[in-house]
Amino acid sequence: MSYLHQQVPLAWYLLLSAALFCLGVLGFVLKRNLITVFMSIELMLNAVNLSFVTFAHQWHQVKGQIFVFFVMMVAAAEAAVGLAIIIAIFRARATLAVDRIDLMKL
Amino acid sequence: MHLILFLLFAGFCLAGAINLLLQSHPINSALSLIVVMTSLAVLYLLLGAEFLAAAQIIVYSGAIMVLFVFVVMLLNTGREERTLGSRAARAIGLPAVVALLAVLTTLILGIRGLGGAAISQGITTTQDLSRVLFHQLLLPFEVTSVLILIAILGAVALARFGSGDPVRRERTVAK
Repeated sequence: MSYLHQQVPLAWYLLLSAALFCLGVLGFVLKRNLITVFMSIELMLNAVNLSFVTFAHQWHQVKGQIFVFFVMMVAAAEAAVGLAIIIAIFRARATLAVDRIDLMKL
Repeated sequence: MHLILFLLFAGFCLAGAINLLLQSHPINSALSLIVVMTSLAVLYLLLGAEFLAAAQIIVYSGAIMVLFVFVVMLLNTGREERTLGSRAARAIGLPAVVALLAVLTTLILGIRGLGGAAISQGITTTQDLSRVLFHQLLLPFEVTSVLILIAILGAVALARFGSGDPVRRERTVAK
């Protein structure tokens, strides 16, 4: 029965969250497709959510989880508007490669 | 039990995130992101956040990812081209991300007094969550619904047929 009460250090959850966040930043910097760049942003949001839940568990606070709930709602709104913008860009430029969308570049 | 589940689903998370970076077709990236989000739901459950686990599956791997997959299939742009401009990002971005990971790891390992998590310990029920949400935080909750409404209107206005749309241009030419 002892394996049922085995504990996992919360630092591991935080480390996983940090690793996911860094992978999201990496995707944001390296990927060349607008949709994949947007997906990397979602990955970063998820990573931060994981550390919110971890700290909520550590300090026995419900507010941390409520913050995650609000982040999810804002992410849903952001995804809807962002994907609409991506569709508008594709209509105007017929491409999603971030190198080709450089109208504001000096 | 907790350790096995954590290692399994943390592995799924990392594998999905790395696969997201390696795949060149957006649809494969979207599917690996779904794997990441579903594994995160299991991790939330392990941390006792049962409502958030359900919301994660319904909102993230359900609604948001369906939207992503739908847009990928609608636009059908094919593989991404690994071309110009990414050399500078690779030269500066990669070391910066490694440095960021190192700093975060040092900070996390330096936190004192972090406990552990075990199965069926410190569970937050939906009742606890909604009591705080609907008593103390009712106004932010309602403001969120206004935000969602504005986002829906904005999405419809942005994705509507614009002047640069080929279908509409043909129609104008026909007239």
